[in-house]
Amino acid sequence: MAEIKTNDIIKPENLAYKKSSVLTDNVMHYCPGCGHGTAHRVLAEVIEEEGLQGRTVGITPVGCSVLMYNYIDVDFQEAAHGRAPALATAVKRLMPDRFVFTYQGDGDLAAIGTAETIHTCNRGENILILFINNGIYGMTGGQMAPTTLAGMKSSTSPYGRDVSMMGSPIKMADIVALLPGTCYVTRQSVNTAGGVRKLKRAIKKAVEYQNDRRGTCFIEVVSNCPSGWKMTPVESNKWMEENMFPFYPLGDIKVPAE
Amino acid sequence: MEKELRLMKGNEAIAEAAIRAGADGYFGYPITPQSEILEYLMEANPQETTGMVVLQAESEVAAINMVYGGAACGKKVMTSSSSPGISLKQEGITYIAGAELPCLIVNVVRGGPGLGTIQPAQSDYFQATKGGGHGDYHLLVLAPSSVQEMADFVELAFDLAFKYRNPSMILSDGAIGQMMEKVWLKPQKKRSEELLPWATTGKPATRERNIITSLDLDPERQEKFNQKLIAKYREMEEKEVRFEEFMTEDAEYLFVAYGTSARICQKALQLARNEGIKAGLLRPITLYPFPKKRLAELADRVRGMLSVEMSAGQMVEDVMLSVNGKTRVSHYGRMGGMIPTPEEVLENMKLFIKG
Repeated sequence: MAEIKTNDIIKPENLAYKKSSVLTDNVMHYCPGCGHGTAHRVLAEVIEEEGLQGRTVGITPVGCSVLMYNYIDVDFQEAAHGRAPALATAVKRLMPDRFVFTYQGDGDLAAIGTAETIHTCNRGENILILFINNGIYGMTGGQMAPTTLAGMKSSTSPYGRDVSMMGSPIKMADIVALLPGTCYVTRQSVNTAGGVRKLKRAIKKAVEYQNDRRGTCFIEVVSNCPSGWKMTPVESNKWMEENMFPFYPLGDIKVPAE
Repeated sequence: MEKELRLMKGNEAIAEAAIRAGADGYFGYPITPQSEILEYLMEANPQETTGMVVLQAESEVAAINMVYGGAACGKKVMTSSSSPGISLKQEGITYIAGAELPCLIVNVVRGGPGLGTIQPAQSDYFQATKGGGHGDYHLLVLAPSSVQEMADFVELAFDLAFKYRNPSMILSDGAIGQMMEKVWLKPQKKRSEELLPWATTGKPATRERNIITSLDLDPERQEKFNQKLIAKYREMEEKEVRFEEFMTEDAEYLFVAYGTSARICQKALQLARNEGIKAGLLRPITLYPFPKKRLAELADRVRGMLSVEMSAGQMVEDVMLSVNGKTRVSHYGRMGGMIPTPEEVLENMKLFIKG
């Protein structure tokens, strides 16, 4: 058998994966195994494939993804903690033909920004809210989040979340699905290739619904936090499947009538 | 809409002037004594005429962050509130200042602290002129003393905000917001369709992406940014100081007062002159930048300055800094929604003169 050289492999017909042109070349700051990078990549691919780059305005949160604007090559606004949906509301109302999304973590969306989340969904603002739920405050070092599971340990619930003292984890997707303003509410994940493909389809649907001005689209991505959970990436995905998915089941919660 | 003479409340004048100035958006939350601004705009429904967006937000916090989002698109956007609501907006205001965005914030001041009262006061001077939120920044602050100025300062505040890419504030009070006066309204201006080069309007292939943020984790760069802000404030101090003088040519004693207090002092000044007291009045129109230089000049000529404010004495500190010990400075004020009479102000000027 003849020796195979690297240059023989690098051919268009052998191309299995290509970085989206909407992703920048900046090295991401996320920890190894974190779901944020994958979620960014999927979003960038949709922006590229749907030809949205020239009319997209993204709103970043405060949390691990605060620097998201370094990685996706679209116009960005960096909001104060929890306020991204308020910024997005104004952007969309003032420029209705732009594709507007917020990208928020659980502390941002479900704790400090609860009022903005609920009321933006209730007004049915034509935006996409991408909600990354990993049940912990990652950036500040692993504190308890509103979505931290019962009994789950964090730096501010070192003996495990005691729901009698700290309340129960909050299911934001189920809450916003009750509001008439939301048109599409779904819960996805990025821990498997199949999950990644489903998330991409969900974001594409959200683009379509936003183009048709059908109301707020809310996509929750149940994700992991290897550093905050103090696990290896593989362990964290396993733990997520065994513990997060039963409480935050994946799938569509609300879909618009055809 | 042509130039027009109307009888209006100060709050209504602000709302109408905003439509006519070609504002793109107003985001507000009801609070006394300024709810007429939101009510007027909702009734006028400019979305149908000029295309101006008017939205009642779920809170003052959401409203100022809507302003942040709109301003980041380079749009002419504003909010209004009264003291407790303005406290809530401070988070958004410091982000807007930190992201160097233009916008207009109106504060129709009521007495405080806390829930305080719904009656007029001038007790938010510190908050308005010294930053208000966290970090080193300033708003450009205009203080109207008539319904006419409530209307006129809307366009001026927007122009200055865009000139310096800095938030402007109209610092009014419950008296000027609620009282009715004649007001000349300007003709309708068209809203601008221009996409500003720095704004987040969607990235065309011809430019790099625009990022609106107040975050920089590198301390050396952040300090350079702070220095850039300071340079901007110095330029405002050079070019944008506005004030009005009454009978200062031969004045021996000077009232320093803005807004409602300045109107009361104008009357007190007449009463003083009738009694042979050579009083004058300096009315700062911009509270930031403050007319420091002019007060320093006048300090060489007068025997004393009395700062009259509906507060415990806030602007008086800027008067003292301006004159830097060259003349006597004191304060007279009422608080909690009480408005001093001209006679009362004159009596206190006489006490001040006695020493």
